[in-house]
Amino acid sequence: MPKNPIIQIEHLSKSFGDKQVLSDINLYVRKGEFITLLGPSGCGKTTLLRMLGGFTAPDSGRILLEGKDISDVPPYRRPLNTVFQRYALFPHLDVYDNVAFGLKLQKVPEADIEKRVKKVLKLVSMSDYEDRDVNSLSGGQQQRVAIARALINQPRVLLLDEPLAALDLKMRKDMQIELKEMHRKLGITFIYVTHDQEEALTLSDTIVVMNEGKIQQIGTPIDIYNEPVNAFVADFIGDSNILNGKMFRDRRVAFIKHEFDCVDEGFGENVSVDVVVRPEDIYFTNDPAKCQFTAKVNSCTFKGVHYEMWVDTDTGYELMIQDYDPYPVGSEVMLYIDPDDIQVMKKERRFNAFPARVTGEGRVMFLDTEFECNTEGFAVDEAVTATVRFEKVDLLDHEEEADLTGNVVFILYKGDHYHLTVKTETGENIWVDTNDIWDKGDFVGIKILPADIKLVKAESGDE
Amino acid sequence: MNKRTGWALPYFIFLVLFVVLPLLLIVVYALQDGSGHFTLANLGKFFTDRDSLSTFALSIEVAIENTVLCILIGYPAAYILADKNLNRSAVTVVLFILPMWINALMRTLATAELFTMAGVQLGKGTLLFGMCYDYLPFMIYPIYNQLNKMDKSYAEAAQDLGATPREVFRKVTLPLSMPGVWSGVMMVFMPTVSTFAISEFLTNNKIKLFGTIIQENINNSMWNYGAALSLVMLIIIAITTMLQKEEPDES
Repeated sequence: MPKNPIIQIEHLSKSFGDKQVLSDINLYVRKGEFITLLGPSGCGKTTLLRMLGGFTAPDSGRILLEGKDISDVPPYRRPLNTVFQRYALFPHLDVYDNVAFGLKLQKVPEADIEKRVKKVLKLVSMSDYEDRDVNSLSGGQQQRVAIARALINQPRVLLLDEPLAALDLKMRKDMQIELKEMHRKLGITFIYVTHDQEEALTLSDTIVVMNEGKIQQIGTPIDIYNEPVNAFVADFIGDSNILNGKMFRDRRVAFIKHEFDCVDEGFGENVSVDVVVRPEDIYFTNDPAKCQFTAKVNSCTFKGVHYEMWVDTDTGYELMIQDYDPYPVGSEVMLYIDPDDIQVMKKERRFNAFPARVTGEGRVMFLDTEFECNTEGFAVDEAVTATVRFEKVDLLDHEEEADLTGNVVFILYKGDHYHLTVKTETGENIWVDTNDIWDKGDFVGIKILPADIKLVKAESGDE
Repeated sequence: MNKRTGWALPYFIFLVLFVVLPLLLIVVYALQDGSGHFTLANLGKFFTDRDSLSTFALSIEVAIENTVLCILIGYPAAYILADKNLNRSAVTVVLFILPMWINALMRTLATAELFTMAGVQLGKGTLLFGMCYDYLPFMIYPIYNQLNKMDKSYAEAAQDLGATPREVFRKVTLPLSMPGVWSGVMMVFMPTVSTFAISEFLTNNKIKLFGTIIQENINNSMWNYGAALSLVMLIIIAITTMLQKEEPDES
């Protein structure tokens, strides 16, 4: 941690009813940094920002601003200002009065106010709009006024809640450049919330990737892109091929049933891992000496700067490749991957493990559901861990024969199968490997056969 | 006339029969004497008759007092109802609106009966009480509606810029809820001017309002003078409506 972080967040947690939206968030922000909270909707990023602004109180944990705990300080006494998602410009005031709002509250002399409003409107290129009704402005112009209104109080930290989400693509790109420029000029700390990974990569000094109320990874855009720590981050940031692999030993990994040299160490020997290869890092070659594996081009789509191709490898995996040159569909190609471009990640889990309780001879209870299985060697009422392999969980499109039901919340394509996260009605996750195509949000029945449930002693959780 | 505009015909006929024609009749009757000759005497009589003028002034006074009273009681009530932290249930809102479903005349009679039972002297106090009781929901509902649909990010933005809760209310919530207050005023002020039942029952006819003298004139077959008084009131309604229309533009 640097010597004097401007903001420190310690063990912050928050639940809305039964739903845990933030769990044990720890984060620090350097002075003058452009930091982005990035994640899909519902990941808790907006809640975290609202806590910084003071609009939502944390259940536990604290927020320090320049070393002082501000958790109990009301929003109007925090030296932070927010640019709201839908701008929240006061409709009964014109542009000038909107921007001057903060200064008028502080009883700044009128002449001073006028000077500062003019200055900040110039900064956001809205000089000629002082007398305009805010409702007559376009989205981009309202955005600028909202930024001006937040900046005029000279906050030490500016909070931005998806400020560009309502703008069209071209406008968004222009505003990104302007925001970056403004940040450089003003030198104040920006905390920015977005679900747009490209925006995060473009703007930020530091990116905080969040999912399901937890921080997944903190790092520079380059770190996050090149060295994602888990499959979620790899999938969320940019395009990627995420594959099951096995680390043989240091700097040697197998995936898509081929062996590759890589640069990762310290995983141990013969350990299951996830491997990420970015589609632009798989190269075509004509040199048989360089070729590591062959594949057949399955589809080829022009994407503007590059072509996006899907290929079927000789071992039956599907990979995405991006290249400046197209290869005809149906052609056999020779491919290789640089050791540098293979990112090996620790597997977060290798099988499902649920806390369970033996409820009777041959019966066990977990996920709020009773299942049949072999309970030999376990006493009735004993707390155990029930393990189920990913591929042994069956998904059904009806609930009649299902043991329980849930919704598909996350889908990862792993080259030859899909790895799904299914959230049960009680809010627990089951991970499933399947060849069937499901969509995010699908309501599914979940069935587990008795023979596929293995009980182990509680705590050990290992097969 | 194409097919679509033809659909408007029934409404058009209804409007002519029940709105335009009666209004015209009021104007015609107001400008005629008993034998059907044109005259301005009816209107002249109103402007020279001390009794009518003082009744008129009293009516306006009572209406203003009632409206102010309704705002003073109704605004906080609406504010509490619209605040999700103070009121978590939609049922409370219905409870406030519920009296509107009971005939106003019945409620007034019941109120009068209660006052008589309690031995309260009927007079201006009881009149204002009854009026306020009758018209309060018409004030609460539009204000509640306005506050309820107000984006709460406005209040948050104001706080964010340094406004204390009191300043948030004064500088943002109150000005943004004014359209609701104005429609509340329209729905309370005008009916109060023309009411006659409430003053009859709740003051035992001691206090006469403008509506009362119109009713008395019509009941006593003085159609022309009654119509002239109605015309005066129509003009006042028109003026108030126009004032209200201009209000939102100013803010």
